[in-house]
Amino acid sequence: MIKVSSIYVKYLLSRPAMGAGGKTGTWRVRKPIVNLDKCIKCGLCWLYCPENAIDWLEDKTVTIDYDYCKGCGICVDVCPVKAISMIDERVV
Amino acid sequence: MVTMSELHKYGRTKLIMPGTAACPGCPLQIGLRQLIMALEGKLTLVIPAGCSSVIPGAAPYTSFTVPVMHVPFASSPSVASGLVRALRARGVDGHVVVWAGDGATADIGFAALSGAAYRNEDIIYILADNEAYMNTGIQASGTTPKKAWTTTSPRGKAEDKKDVALIMLMHKVPYVATASIAYPIDFIDKVRRAASIRGFKFIHLHAPCPPGWKFPDDYTVKVARLAVETGMWILWEYYQGKLTISPPSAPYRDKQRRKPIEEYIRIQGRFAQLSKDDVREIEAMVDQEWGVLMRLANIFNIS
Ligand SMILES: Cc1ncc(C[n+]2csc(CCOP(=O)(O)OP(=O)(O)O)c2C)c(N)n1
Ligand code: SF4
Ligand code: SF4
Ligand code: SF4
Repeated sequence: MIKVSSIYVKYLLSRPAMGAGGKTGTWRVRKPIVNLDKCIKCGLCWLYCPENAIDWLEDKTVTIDYDYCKGCGICVDVCPVKAISMIDERVV
Repeated sequence: MVTMSELHKYGRTKLIMPGTAACPGCPLQIGLRQLIMALEGKLTLVIPAGCSSVIPGAAPYTSFTVPVMHVPFASSPSVASGLVRALRARGVDGHVVVWAGDGATADIGFAALSGAAYRNEDIIYILADNEAYMNTGIQASGTTPKKAWTTTSPRGKAEDKKDVALIMLMHKVPYVATASIAYPIDFIDKVRRAASIRGFKFIHLHAPCPPGWKFPDDYTVKVARLAVETGMWILWEYYQGKLTISPPSAPYRDKQRRKPIEEYIRIQGRFAQLSKDDVREIEAMVDQEWGVLMRLANIFNIS
């Protein structure tokens, strides 16, 4: 006999995965670039990145996952030392 | 108080799985990440219809990393009440957190919310307030500010914003606070204090939305910060019988120290049609709001 609960768990339960809303890096029209020479390792860009596309590494530097970064620019805005800049990515 | 060095342990944790369906610059994802950090991932979310139902993407996958029940619009306080009672009956201690929009909270689910608060159910309710029904295309809600453009208030909303947190305070629940996505330390501390209490906890989280409020995606945090710095959004907390203005808002008890409210208004397209008189009227409303809160702080501190 098949239990309803096992059908639920197998077919109706969504599981965590990257890109459940798509490869969102393709939405981007501008790309944030971190200048590690300027970075003071404060972690604020990591804290505020809506997309969780920034990792704050063991040595407290940061790295951006461009497969998913949407290019919102919040990291640029919150960086206290302007260590992140935006470059235009539009193809005409 | 939580510190950045403590949060560093989440530096490589995907609190939300990247690649969500949210707009660039979404405030809800900023808030959700802070919430999950605050409770160290030990929570079950109950989410009514709204942007947060769509953000996790398409089945059989989800961007959310904690268990979520997606429930009909008006039902989240009731579902959360049942869920937490079932968990407690089984001896499980985890937190049940409602994460709901302003439409779901202030309007459509309000009766159920009032009931759950009145019964003092052991849940944390977070109103993630982007000040309109965003998921269906920017219709005005009970918490849309007066004079703001929405698709249902094309000449500016006539009614004033409901003060949902004060309404919840009058339900005599053990914990009520306001918070902002721009002040993560304050918000995380509040979630943790709320989590330490049995009974109904309510947090009203201010969440500026780029497409809905018509400002550039870059400015979600900046706009949220300006709301506090101009005194338009006041951070306060009711805890252990006392009402206090929270540290980030404390300097702005003194009107002289607030930034001019134009700095908050002029950055948002939804306020583009406001005249100088409109701005003065809003300023008077802000002063009145501060007056009410500071008097309440005095009253609750005497008791
Ligand atoms: C009973 C019911 N009425 C209407 C809808 C359509 N609907 C889905 S989401 C939504 C807007 C939600 O607005 P809000 O609660 O403010 O959350 P936000 O999307 O802004 O996060 C509406 C009206 C619905 N799903 N169920
Ligand atoms: S641009 Fe936006 S999504 Fe990309 S890393 Fe910066 S904050 Fe994150
Ligand atoms: S906000 Fe700026 S300084 Fe801080 S970690 Fe990010 S890049 Fe470095
Ligand atoms: S409309 Fe606003 S709240 Fe909704 S997903 Fe987009 S940015 Fe987020």
